[in-house]
Amino acid sequence: MASNVASIGGRAYPITDHTFDVVIVGAGGAGLMAALQLPKDTSVAVISKVYPTRSHTGAAQGGVAAALGNQEEDHWKWHMFDTVKGGDYLVDQDAAEVLAREAIEAVYDLEHWGLPFNRTPDGKIDQRRFGGHTRNFGEGPVRRSCYAADRTGHMILQTMFQTAVKNQIRFFNEFLCTDLLVQENRAAGVVAYSIRDGEVHTFSAKAVIFATGGYGRAWRVTSNAMACTGDGMAIAYRRGVPLEDMEFYQFHPTGIYRVGVLLSEAARGEGAYLLNNTGERFMMRYTPTLNELAPRDIVSRSIVTEIREGRGILQTKRDGDDYVYLDVRHLGEAKIREKLPDITDFARNYLRVEPITEPVPIQPTAHYAMGGIPTDVEGRVVIDEHNTPLIGFYAAGEAACVSVHGANRLGTNSLVDLIVFGRRAGKHIARQLQANELDFAELPADAEDHTRAMISRLRAGTGETQDAIREDMRDVMMDLCGVMRTQAGLSQCKEKVAELQDRYSKVRIMDASTNFNTEMMEVIELGYVLDCAEATVAGALAREESRGGHFREDFPTRDDKRFLQHTLAYRADDGGVSELRYKPVVITEFQPKERKY
Amino acid sequence: MATATKPVSQARTSRTVTVQVRVKRFQPDSGKGAYWQEFTVEADPLDRFVDVLNRIKWTQDGTLTYRRSCLHGVCGSDAMRLNGRNRLACKQLVADLGTKITAEPMLGFPVVRDLVVDMDPFFSKYEKIKPFLINDEPVPSSERLQSPEQHARFEEGTKCILCGCCTGSCPSVWANREWVGPASIVNAHRFIFDSRDRAAQDRLQILSDRTGVWRCRTIFNCSEVCPRGIPVTQLIEEVKRALVQDGPDVG
Ligand SMILES: Cc1cc2nc3c(=O)[nH]c(=O)nc-3n(C[C@H](O)[C@H](O)[C@H](O)COP(=O)(O)OP(=O)(O)OC[C@H]3O[C@@H](n4cnc5c(N)ncnc54)[C@H](O)[C@@H]3O)c2cc1C
Ligand code: FES
Repeated sequence: MASNVASIGGRAYPITDHTFDVVIVGAGGAGLMAALQLPKDTSVAVISKVYPTRSHTGAAQGGVAAALGNQEEDHWKWHMFDTVKGGDYLVDQDAAEVLAREAIEAVYDLEHWGLPFNRTPDGKIDQRRFGGHTRNFGEGPVRRSCYAADRTGHMILQTMFQTAVKNQIRFFNEFLCTDLLVQENRAAGVVAYSIRDGEVHTFSAKAVIFATGGYGRAWRVTSNAMACTGDGMAIAYRRGVPLEDMEFYQFHPTGIYRVGVLLSEAARGEGAYLLNNTGERFMMRYTPTLNELAPRDIVSRSIVTEIREGRGILQTKRDGDDYVYLDVRHLGEAKIREKLPDITDFARNYLRVEPITEPVPIQPTAHYAMGGIPTDVEGRVVIDEHNTPLIGFYAAGEAACVSVHGANRLGTNSLVDLIVFGRRAGKHIARQLQANELDFAELPADAEDHTRAMISRLRAGTGETQDAIREDMRDVMMDLCGVMRTQAGLSQCKEKVAELQDRYSKVRIMDASTNFNTEMMEVIELGYVLDCAEATVAGALAREESRGGHFREDFPTRDDKRFLQHTLAYRADDGGVSELRYKPVVITEFQPKERKY
Repeated sequence: MATATKPVSQARTSRTVTVQVRVKRFQPDSGKGAYWQEFTVEADPLDRFVDVLNRIKWTQDGTLTYRRSCLHGVCGSDAMRLNGRNRLACKQLVADLGTKITAEPMLGFPVVRDLVVDMDPFFSKYEKIKPFLINDEPVPSSERLQSPEQHARFEEGTKCILCGCCTGSCPSVWANREWVGPASIVNAHRFIFDSRDRAAQDRLQILSDRTGVWRCRTIFNCSEVCPRGIPVTQLIEEVKRALVQDGPDVG
């Protein structure tokens, strides 16, 4: 480790340089899973802007899907089919096969590390039903979700962190990654800003993994943590890597009104109703067979339609600030207490509503990025429609787009994605290191320049502070690039985001300190999430069809002729989306059909 | 087509109340010691306290410093002392705390800045009790079996989010910062009573020394403040009992 001092604009910055075989950015489920695959003699650093156990994986409630067949007959191929259909056929089927097959071993790995799964009477991992998971290619629901009460994600995160402590993995906590170093067409390392003391650190590595999670904070109402600002996606995008399928963003139907905190699908699984202002179970009109249990994208659209047609509870006709009811009263106090404790807690705590006697106000909440950094099934980042890899650069988890979720992710399939592809990325790197296929690249002399310039610019900003820029972004994304979209709305949104980028370029920070400067961190994050928003809007505007989570009122049907392909959004050097390219979907077994439920 | 509207929280101005927030502030690079500062802010009674802090930070004073992430009580970032009691800022509403609110960093931890404390010592103590499954027997090709009863034996402790509320409210921790504290013992309990684990004796050994379980004076502060409702004191008592019996009951 070498330390010296550089001076920019008359200000001295201490520098710290590090060298590791592998640097992993992100300590959620995906990052930790990758870290745990690397052999003892590999030096590994995990960089995280929050303490590992604070990562957003801990918020996942429902479960992790794997066709263990502990409760009834199940097969990985059924899981694969459900994933492909759920994703409205935009899923790469080679990847969906890997997901469904390897989910089984990956879940056993977690159990072996100590994950406290709920158990069947004979001591196996218990499994329960979840939306979209079926037996025999859609015949009826199947018990596929492995779970640990209503805190599966928490247990995954804790168990992996514990195992990482056991394996003595080196963590750099409260380090904000700010740059990916690319040298000789390969990843050479990363740069990170230490939140605690404001120092800029450089990490040289043979392989870099981005496992930085999603970007729900681009929308006003979201289930996502404040740390979910799409940093890894934006950093890669700024370095010339395209972002794939960003227009596919999932809105979960049941977020707590105003705050967006998620009420798990488990409620509807247990039989909860959705009611409009006349007390009608409106889902019976939209999906008469599945009713409230239709896939998330369909339920969210139905809620927004009710609100826009004046049947929201407040009758404002504005979907951003109206709501409908989630009603569990008929389930009875005993069942509510036993099966839905989290929902009861959240409703009581954040709304002061008693679900046993009152219906709960809910609205769709921005939840999950199907898109992200394009990778192949080994977790290698690919940078064009020919799947050309950027050597040494990997991505996994919500930050990545393999693509196993296509246009819409099924519940419990994200946690599987983390463990299967986190594991794959780690194992691939281990093999490559073993075979001496990966090596250090000489770091450029100006490795930290980009980060230093960004920090200096922020310190010198003379415009407005971050607040209005961020709130305006969240508003326009919610209103114009949310559950339902139109050409006119998206065009306006695109302009707005460009204008926000412009305002952002002059943003001013109030806090001049280098000591735990969280305002600096927030403002850097705001820049990232704005870039993600920009790519999302561009993809949405160009995609003149409706598929899964992307719904265009002006093009309400799926158009396989033009759009059975993935979007790749590239950034111009001076900002803004320079180009959209398209890449074919990998279809192996299941020919695209109409997605009917 | 919809037009941009105000954030919902701002749309409901009819319900706002004026809140006075007293924050204990400390900036190590200022050369000053800790001091109190008062902020006045409009808030909806249903706003979380963390929303109030955000509003102050974003509209009044960007230097106000605290940790936060999930905003709904599951990540453990924003443990702090509110009106004299350790809580998560995202689980407390203005309606709970009243219109005069006092916010301080948790006691028993070194303060980094304002409401941010240094969690490194806390995590080192956690690591000391070997918080990971130890079992060198070959693993089966599927899961290890565990009955629902065996699972129930240690389940309470698995709820821990390592926020530090319990440890920061414990007078024994305030008196002796070397003490492992309640959170570490809860996590030791989680493994000691897991039927799959084989290192209970090691952990009990670690907890039997001067800085181990016996410093717990059964004051119950920890159980009262745990935002996850873990019966912390009871779990500590179970570990003490296992030590006395010279071996845990691992069901
Ligand atoms: C409320 C909720 C419930 C959910 N329930 C389920 C469920 O039941 N089943 C399911 O399958 N999925 C569920 N999901 C989705 C799933 O939880 C997430 O998609 C998944 O956990 C993401 O994991 P990750 O490892 O990719 O990222 P995260 O867990 O978000 O971790 C990201 C990591 O990257 C780090 N990081 C980010 N940016 C930087 C940076 N610039 N520098 C340094 N570090 C950085 C963070 O510190 C963090 O450690 C749910 C999501 C939510 C919000
Ligand atoms: S912000 Fe996560 S617990 Fe409060």
